[in-house]
Amino acid sequence: MIHLTRGNYMKRWLLVFFATALLAACGSSVKLDNVPVEDKSGTPVSSETGSGSAVEKRGVTSVDIEKSGSQGAVPAGAKIVYFDLDSFVIKPEFQTLIETHARFIKADKARKVAIEGHTDERGGREYNLALGQKRAEAVRAALGLLGAPDSQIEAVSFGKEKPAVPGNDEAAMAKNRRAEISYR
Amino acid sequence: MTFPPIHRLFDALCALSLGALLFIASPAQAQFRVDVSGIGLNQLPIAVSTFRGEDSSPQKIASIVQADLERSGQFRAVEASGAALDESSRPDAPLWRQKGADSLVLGSVTRLVDGRYDVRFRLWDVVRAQDLGGQSYAVTPSDLRLAAHRIADFVYEKLTGDKGAFSTRIAYVTKLPQRYQLWVADADGENAQSALSSPEPIISPAWSPNGSQLAYVSFESRKPVVYTHDVGSGKRRLIANFRGSNSAPAWSPDGSTLAVTLSRSGGSQLYAIAANGGEPRRLAESNSIDTEPAYSPEGKYIYFVSDRGGAPQIYRMPALGGSAERVTFTGSYNISPAISPDGRWLAYISRVSGVFKLHVMDIASGSVNALTDTTADESPSFAPNSRLIVYATQQQGREVLMTTTLDGKIKARLTGQNGNIREPDWGPFQK
Repeated sequence: MIHLTRGNYMKRWLLVFFATALLAACGSSVKLDNVPVEDKSGTPVSSETGSGSAVEKRGVTSVDIEKSGSQGAVPAGAKIVYFDLDSFVIKPEFQTLIETHARFIKADKARKVAIEGHTDERGGREYNLALGQKRAEAVRAALGLLGAPDSQIEAVSFGKEKPAVPGNDEAAMAKNRRAEISYR
Repeated sequence: MTFPPIHRLFDALCALSLGALLFIASPAQAQFRVDVSGIGLNQLPIAVSTFRGEDSSPQKIASIVQADLERSGQFRAVEASGAALDESSRPDAPLWRQKGADSLVLGSVTRLVDGRYDVRFRLWDVVRAQDLGGQSYAVTPSDLRLAAHRIADFVYEKLTGDKGAFSTRIAYVTKLPQRYQLWVADADGENAQSALSSPEPIISPAWSPNGSQLAYVSFESRKPVVYTHDVGSGKRRLIANFRGSNSAPAWSPDGSTLAVTLSRSGGSQLYAIAANGGEPRRLAESNSIDTEPAYSPEGKYIYFVSDRGGAPQIYRMPALGGSAERVTFTGSYNISPAISPDGRWLAYISRVSGVFKLHVMDIASGSVNALTDTTADESPSFAPNSRLIVYATQQQGREVLMTTTLDGKIKARLTGQNGNIREPDWGPFQK
């Protein structure tokens, strides 16, 4: 298993994760919500004809994840690359943006950055996740061509899960087909 | 498929329009929001009489049983109100024949001194005036719905010969602003219990073959990561948190392995990981997107989606990896394969004229049917008896879950939750 160190944000998450795991090991850790209070099992009783069959208690224990913290300082200016429909090609108008971020990443070797790929809302969630990944990897490759080290950049995808703007008209969907450069 | 006697066919034809309408409008259903549409031809007419004692029971048993049977598409409900009968009554068979019923369910629900409820029922064939058997259950109030689903299972199996799947569970995800929740609910969508609550998206829940765990993708660390989650204890295990995206978990039928999509080496590619964690093993290598793995029920194949031909299509390959063969040939966008537990059917989503519709393929013949008239269908999953498909779609701009029969004739909306509901996965039979 590979854990990436991504500054305070990731450290905090690792802490939360390990604390949760530790507590879980102790038996009764996670925040409980809607926990069934009944603990008696159903007992089958046979009637005159036909056989009885048990109706078992089927509890579900709820886990509640807290809202995550905010990220650190980021370079000024735009950090979103927009894509055409079904396209993974970075358009020339985003070249300056890519250059700005490549310089920033190169200048701070400790800085980790995630490229988050997104799609519009049409189609399946998993296939869109794969399409968003292609967009994120296209931006990572463009940064790499300008000398930004691959080791500082992780390409991930949110698929269609995090639209930038609501709505399903073409204007909204064009705003959602994007890759966001996210410093961590 | 069994062929009903000719009088049943006749009854079904006579009541074509009336039957379903009557029961959607029936006042007894007011608090239980069953929403069944469509009419099947060979439906068995059945009356489910109000259980004696139901007035003081927290759950209306007869309504739950009736709704289950209607949703299956194999039954048509016959009006049964006003009959003061229970499991010990001998029904007046000619009277029930007159009402149009072939079968009749009678029962009672009684509160016991320890707070539990004693639920009893008997199924009658009123054509032959024959007792088809009954059962009783002593259950906690929270298990009254489960008892009702078990009754529906009993009736379904007695009258159709197939195992009922009403007492199984489904998982699904709801979305509120800033809050995503993973739920485990009865197969009718009701009685939902929260398994996970997160400020970030949760997608692709998948039941383990023994029904104790869910695998899913959570974005809680601001990237897609695969977990398994024991629903009874709430204990979670990180399965895939590699560089890049981790998604699309699918259990092998023996529960030992998860197939997943990882982008750790660039691009979305298929891997297998032991279900208790470990190093992933690459299943295939392509320059294209490979994702949405789904094991065939006997474990021989992995079906998956790939755009290696220029557009997403469904392929299959040997479960341990090997050369892939294309499975879908019509349309330019076919995704989200689900194989029926009996191995006969492939359900998937196909884009047709710009809209997304649930399709089902007879795997042996390759013939395909579109099942819906909605436009944003997603995430099909088969009932463990292979007789229904649950899927997500949109109605009036809201995300909803629907079930459909495999011929597309009978559909029902699952109504246990308000708000946007998505990502259903139908769990296995419970031991």
